[in-house]
Amino acid sequence: MKYVAAFGRFWWDFIVGDDWRVAVGLAVSLALVWFLAHEGVNAWWLLPVAVALLLVESVRREARSSGG
Amino acid sequence: MTHDVLLFLTTFFASAVEAVEALTIVLAVGVVRGWRSTMIGVGAATAVLAVIVAALGPALQGAAFARERRAAEGAGVEERAGIDWYSFTVAFKGVLLEGLEVVFIVVTFGSTQGNLGLAAAAAAAALVLVVVVGAVVRGPLERVPENTLKYAVGLLLTSFGVFWGGEGAGVDWPGSDLAIFGIVAFMALVSFALTRSLSRRRTALKPAESRA
Repeated sequence: MKYVAAFGRFWWDFIVGDDWRVAVGLAVSLALVWFLAHEGVNAWWLLPVAVALLLVESVRREARSSGG
Repeated sequence: MTHDVLLFLTTFFASAVEAVEALTIVLAVGVVRGWRSTMIGVGAATAVLAVIVAALGPALQGAAFARERRAAEGAGVEERAGIDWYSFTVAFKGVLLEGLEVVFIVVTFGSTQGNLGLAAAAAAAALVLVVVVGAVVRGPLERVPENTLKYAVGLLLTSFGVFWGGEGAGVDWPGSDLAIFGIVAFMALVSFALTRSLSRRRTALKPAESRA
């Protein structure tokens, strides 16, 4: 049971990491890109922009909360 | 003869691009987090790749496989003995994924031109060259300051992640694999601007802190 929990924790850390909002934002962005691609829209620019915005927001939030 | 030269060069360069992608990931993870688990990941991916090629090799010579390659990414198997699973998984995925792409390149180009042996030789030559280059640059890389290296590793992993994520979601990148350079440049610009803004913020806060 201990190993199952450790295995689960590893994947949580590996996929979600220390900011779950970034993981959710990325999942939503990927789903949107997939949906658009299947509707015939090649939204290649969407993912880099989404990642950049999520990164900036995550770092700003962390900077505010640590007072830095 | 011209066909053979073209087949060799096309397969060589296409395979070299994939090998460089895998090498970048392995070097990045190995230098930052240590080599043992990283190389175990490389070894495991190579073994899985060999099994996949041996088991499915003949079946791969169909026409509609290009979009199916991601499905072959093997799932991790839990073990206990002191392994850094982050290094293992990143190295494993990188080598397996890029290795599979090389297999598809060889099979596609080789069977189209009716010379699978030459295509395989070109891929092997590209692989040897890239591994030699990797062994040469490993030393100098280990002397780069840790924070700079972590920044570069984060930049590369994020950029590769964006590229692969987009490809997996059905995006057709402008310039194909060359789009990676554009993504790296964009991410570098964003992270550089972010770092500058944080350091300005810290400088602005310092006088206020010292007055308090």
